[in-house]
Amino acid sequence: MTATPESLLAAGAGAIAAAVREGKASATAIVEASFARAAAVDAGPRGLNCILSSDRDASLRAVESALVGGALAGVPVVLKDNIATTTLSTSCGSKILEGYVSPYESAVARKLREAGAILVGKGNMDEFAMGSSTEFSAYGPARNPTDRTRVPGGSSGGSAAAVAAGIVPIAFGSETGGSVRQPAAFCGVVGVKPTYGRISRFGLVAFASSLDNIGVFGRTVDDAARAMEAVSGDDTRDDATSAPLAAPALRTDSRDLAGLVIGKPREYFPASLSAAMRAHCDRAIDALRARGAEIRDVSLPHTDLALPVYYIIAPAECSANLARFDGVRYGLRVEGDGLRGMYEATRSKGFGAEVTRRILLGTYVLSAGYYDAYYRKAQDVRALIANDFTRVWASGVHALFTPTTAAPAFTIGAISDPYEMYLCDLFTVAANLAEIPAISIPIGRIGGLPVGGQVIAPRFGEAAMFRVSYALEAELGGAAHA
Amino acid sequence: MSAAYEMIVGLEVHVQLKTRTKAFCRCSTSFGDPPNTNTCPVCLALPGALPVLNERAVELATKAALALGLDVHERSVFARKNYFYPDLPKGYQISQADRPLAERGSLAIGGGRTIGITRIHMEEDAGKSVHDRFPGFTAIDLNRAGVPLIEIVSEPEIRSSAEAGAYLRALREILLYAEVSDCSMEEGSLRVDANVSARPRGETAYRTRTEIKNLNSFSNVERALELEFARHCAVYDAGGSIVQQTMLFDAHKNEVRGARSKEGSHDYRYFPEPDLPPLVLTPAWIQGVRYGLPEFPTARRARYAKDFGLGETDAAVLTATREMGDYFEKVVAASGDAKMAANWVMSEVSASLNESGADIRAFALRPADLGGLIALIKGGALSSTAAKTVFATMLKEGGAAKAIAERDGLLQVGDDSALVAWIDEVWAEHPDEAGRFAAGERKLQGVLVGFVMKKSKGRADPKKVNQLLGARAGT
Repeated sequence: MTATPESLLAAGAGAIAAAVREGKASATAIVEASFARAAAVDAGPRGLNCILSSDRDASLRAVESALVGGALAGVPVVLKDNIATTTLSTSCGSKILEGYVSPYESAVARKLREAGAILVGKGNMDEFAMGSSTEFSAYGPARNPTDRTRVPGGSSGGSAAAVAAGIVPIAFGSETGGSVRQPAAFCGVVGVKPTYGRISRFGLVAFASSLDNIGVFGRTVDDAARAMEAVSGDDTRDDATSAPLAAPALRTDSRDLAGLVIGKPREYFPASLSAAMRAHCDRAIDALRARGAEIRDVSLPHTDLALPVYYIIAPAECSANLARFDGVRYGLRVEGDGLRGMYEATRSKGFGAEVTRRILLGTYVLSAGYYDAYYRKAQDVRALIANDFTRVWASGVHALFTPTTAAPAFTIGAISDPYEMYLCDLFTVAANLAEIPAISIPIGRIGGLPVGGQVIAPRFGEAAMFRVSYALEAELGGAAHA
Repeated sequence: MSAAYEMIVGLEVHVQLKTRTKAFCRCSTSFGDPPNTNTCPVCLALPGALPVLNERAVELATKAALALGLDVHERSVFARKNYFYPDLPKGYQISQADRPLAERGSLAIGGGRTIGITRIHMEEDAGKSVHDRFPGFTAIDLNRAGVPLIEIVSEPEIRSSAEAGAYLRALREILLYAEVSDCSMEEGSLRVDANVSARPRGETAYRTRTEIKNLNSFSNVERALELEFARHCAVYDAGGSIVQQTMLFDAHKNEVRGARSKEGSHDYRYFPEPDLPPLVLTPAWIQGVRYGLPEFPTARRARYAKDFGLGETDAAVLTATREMGDYFEKVVAASGDAKMAANWVMSEVSASLNESGADIRAFALRPADLGGLIALIKGGALSSTAAKTVFATMLKEGGAAKAIAERDGLLQVGDDSALVAWIDEVWAEHPDEAGRFAAGERKLQGVLVGFVMKKSKGRADPKKVNQLLGARAGT
């Protein structure tokens, strides 16, 4: 036994699972190390505040009952606080679900348990996943491990920060418009948004059902692939929109991209993109070329419509999805004058400003007389955006490379205009609208802060997406973190 | 004067589909269970739960649509109907809006009248709010939440309360035949909302309608329509106008009054349900459901008239339920005589069912055995009097008619020597009647036949007795 629990935790999910399976490491010790790491970095007024709830005893009990042969044996994991778990509460970063413990388990939590992973905490998040900075959490903002005055991104900022800070090697978030890829880029880790339907949403508290995905974080591409493999696969029994497909094989030893055509969509490299960001992207593209890929300029002409369309569809769906938080059956109830008074008091008190804003927006765009002008038109444009990608794939392009965000993490409190905050999702939101997979990989630093590059692939094209990601990570090597 | 006005009615009928489990989860649909026992994360709308469509519900809904002659769309779309109410756990009902399951059908309601059916769409039921159980509180029972329904919307082509009743009875008959629903208004598996308006005869445009809810029987539908129609007419006669609103029928006070909430003005903000993909049905699947449809009452009645020579009334009685018709047809097959089978089923069988309160499905006498009994009568082996005795024994003990008749000595006697012996005895015992008969008082023949039948305990073949008596009168 040479590896300490701490060094295994730092080495990643693959190393931990191998050591635990071979009896060379104690899962208990690794989980203890994870809690120790959290205690060191997460708590206190200057702590990261990336974990909303945890229960050391419950996690250690889970180790005892866990299967040691699983693909993620003994791997401590954090789940975003909108993924239902029976041992820890699922508050969605909201007061309206404070202390709420789900009586049933999400598909993702179950698959992770079956793979031997150990839940050690629930990740902080923007309330109901609405936000891009984790500042809209009812439980205080999470902080970026690289610079604690800055945001970790969002809405899955807690999960991203937990991975970046070494509390866990992999974590799970959710994506509606970039909520995994953007915090992954800000925190300098790998973040994956799979094809819509690839991972069951059963037990993921809905924000915008047609856009929501479970996503994964890892410090390496390989760990992200392991995490993806563990939670993918058919769940049509509980989730009508999950695909009837087996979990794909995503891990590969190949770092060669010969024969692959990678598109560079010009709309993702606007004139306004900073020289520093452009330089990192150019270096990444050179890396892809160095591994044998052909780089081709392509166009996705409806790109500038993605954000406006997103901010119609997502609030519309959210206005219905959040109607169930009415104080009747669970969660917060604030008494008021009669039934209507109770609804108003509960929802006014329970929801924060951003959630309220989006419910109101969504209610408005679905209202009689506005539906055709907003929601129906947005759906039509959504089809055009998806078609942009379809046409590119049909022209022989296997994947696309873009920046994940235009700039690195901003300072907590720096963005107060909601619209400016929405612009954080500029490069990520189209993949959600088109239901295609995308991944963010660290490609360098600007002013000491991590930035990410994005690889986008066709529907259910995760294998190709990972092949590109492995090669990019290998070619960039230490440069990705410099 | 309501005679100057024409009643315009359109009906919206909600029918609970006869599935074992709910529309979007695997909870039981069983009626009358303790409150909130048939619930799960999905129908409680717990955070993160998702709906999965019950295929059987689609099949039954399609069956209903085909039975009513609607075009079933190969692609229909579920939608969310948004409103807040404590017995609606998700804050929206999964329904269908602009892309329903089926459109354009019709229903014959008798008297040559046919009412158009606009559409049938699928949706889920809400839970039940119980206002009178706990003083000061409303209790919620979510057992019913998520139970699959179809809504059947008629064209505004119904012109009287009687036609509304006929429409509902015809609709129920078809849905029962198709085994789509129990159609029980008491258990809430069939519910009716009625849209009514009045217009002066001769006017072609529709006037403002009101919707009547809370109708718990077909006769209440008719009563409520009359009341509401009369109100419309009175308002128009007084120079007033009708406001579009929801009305509630109060059966105890026999009145229709405005509901407090203005449901008509509600904006449900329908949009496609993103948790369910569009419902795609292949032509082959729809055809398969069509093959599974039973023969419907109208066609069956026509066949009974043509093949069995039955009158309209008899045919209607025998096809009142699908099971009654099935039973009758099996009796015909076993007996070889449709008329006799019809008489037996309508008289003895019906009387016995009425007496015991049993359903034809649970009737003790198998149709083949009743057919055997009728065959014995037809073949002259059993008198109709004796047959009734055998019938009673079969009901009590079961078994084949012939064996029982033999055992109980009830088989008809057609043997001349035995009959002559009985006649001789009657002659000796009733010399007065015999003498007068012999002297030519022919009207006494019936009395004498009766004496012989009684003496034979019903076994004598009355036809032969008549012949033999006729011969004596001639001497």
